Amino acid sequence: METGSAAGAETTGTEPLWTGLPPGLLRMRRLLLVVWLGLLALAVGVLLGLFAGPVWAAFALLPLALLAWGWVLVGRNWRSWRYAERADDLLITRGVLWREETVVPYGRMQLVEVTSGPVERYFGLASVQLHTAAAATDATIPGLDPAEAERLRDRLTELGEARSAGL
Amino acid sequence: MTAPGVEGAVRAGKAVGERRLHPVTPFRRAWAPVAVLTGWAVHDPNQAQEQLTRLTTTMVLGGLAVLVTAGALYGFLTWWFTYFSVTDSELRIRTGLFFRRTAHIRLERIQAVDVTQPLLARVAGVAKLRIDVVGTDKKDELAFLGQGEARALRAELLARAAGFAPETAREVGEAPARELMRVPPNKLAISILLTGATWGSLAAALVAPPFLWLTTHSVWTVLATAVPLLGAAATTSVGRFVGEYDWTVGESPDGLRIDHGLLDRTHETVPPGRVQTVRIVEPLLWRPMRWVRVELDVAGSANSVLVPVAPRAVAESVVARVLPGATVPGELLRPPGRARWCLPLWWRGYGLAVTDAVFAARHGLLRRRLALVPHAKVQSVRLTQGPWGRLWRLADVHVDTGADKTVTARLRGAEEAASLLREQAERSRTGRRAARPDRWMA
Repeated sequence: METGSAAGAETTGTEPLWTGLPPGLLRMRRLLLVVWLGLLALAVGVLLGLFAGPVWAAFALLPLALLAWGWVLVGRNWRSWRYAERADDLLITRGVLWREETVVPYGRMQLVEVTSGPVERYFGLASVQLHTAAAATDATIPGLDPAEAERLRDRLTELGEARSAGL
Repeated sequence: MTAPGVEGAVRAGKAVGERRLHPVTPFRRAWAPVAVLTGWAVHDPNQAQEQLTRLTTTMVLGGLAVLVTAGALYGFLTWWFTYFSVTDSELRIRTGLFFRRTAHIRLERIQAVDVTQPLLARVAGVAKLRIDVVGTDKKDELAFLGQGEARALRAELLARAAGFAPETAREVGEAPARELMRVPPNKLAISILLTGATWGSLAAALVAPPFLWLTTHSVWTVLATAVPLLGAAATTSVGRFVGEYDWTVGESPDGLRIDHGLLDRTHETVPPGRVQTVRIVEPLLWRPMRWVRVELDVAGSANSVLVPVAPRAVAESVVARVLPGATVPGELLRPPGRARWCLPLWWRGYGLAVTDAVFAARHGLLRRRLALVPHAKVQSVRLTQGPWGRLWRLADVHVDTGADKTVTARLRGAEEAASLLREQAERSRTGRRAARPDRWMA
């Protein structure tokens, strides 16, 4: 269960046991950021350098600045994601500037979904998504270990069955 | 639902007592081709006239005869291949000529049952029966049944859904209803006259066409805008009056009964414990009379009005019946004063109250809307806070319900919101324990 994240698992009195995301997601996002913005910087630099003169190639610094900013942003966002399994409900908090905290009681879960796209699979990551009868319920935990995602899915399904209630 | 494998099993179970719809049903489809033709002629009058002049009378009559026969045949065949039956736990509808479709609707999941009678159906003595379950669509209505048959079927379905034994369900009959309130026509008329939308659409219909005439001098442009505008004005005033005429709310062991309509009669039944949200709407112009409108949300149902207009005290007594154990909170807690920096002036419209039974949040400054959610119906609770809200230590708390509606308590103090989030999760958990079972008579 320990995921070795920066936030880690901590417990203080009645506070729930928070779990952060594994570093895989951060690695994946940073790598994607570097690849795309690096390519953009290269393209801008080469094209402007060839057609407009070497001074104009300085514009390639713009995507690089964006890259540095995004590097920090992605890290902060990754650190902000936490979830906690309590006795009767699941807590998810996320966001740095726009903070959101969601509480979903197990008895209200209609469906638990584990998804993993091609890029995520390459990095060995999977997302768990919870659905309730309300479409507005937005409870997704991205970038989990596939094993942890499956454990969470099974546990949530089990708890959901035990505490299930109608509409 | 339409798996071909199911088909055999369903056919094998034909002995369960499958029935057909009322024999007038085919006629409602006979006029469809004529309507399509008329629609085309209205849509494109010049070309229609051109085509008509080239045809002889015999050709027109012959064509019409063929179309009507084809429509009637199609109607007859769909009627012939549509069956329904009531089993111990389900209502089964089997339909489709080429594409077979079988719908099994679980009775304990019924959210609402409606018997509607459009004007022509009233003349023919038939009625439509619709059962709302989460996920049903328009195809799952039984149109048409004999008037008496529809009522008997509704009573039987509700008795079975309530948990009566299958043998007795048919004999239980219609549950007695007790009238809670009735809206007199004059009050309804006054309430519609005092609604801004009525005057707004009327003004638009009277102002826009002359203005267009002065600027364009084109008859078609004027007609193309005037007709829809007048139509909108008619629906918001006369249409509403006709639809909400003789609004009666009753109470019966089967749940809430709502009957209304002048030309088209509708009889809705909402079984106990199905209401997800109740909203009390207070338009600005109704406030001197202390009148309110009450709306409700039921999962999977399109009906939303509970009381079109009533004095506040009467409306609150109806709400207390709809949400057992709940009272409409009188005093609401306003957001803290610093909220004015987030939403000048309008912050005063927001309010929140949490009682033992409901989470109540109000919004709107001129047209006040108070939404009540029973704790047992809360699906999830969310807290959101943007950067500006963080600066002023304010946050919003959203409560999601099963009818896909979200009730938001905006601009609460950050500490208050955090504790509200925790407490609301706890309250909805314990509230669910006390909730009634799906089979309410069991």
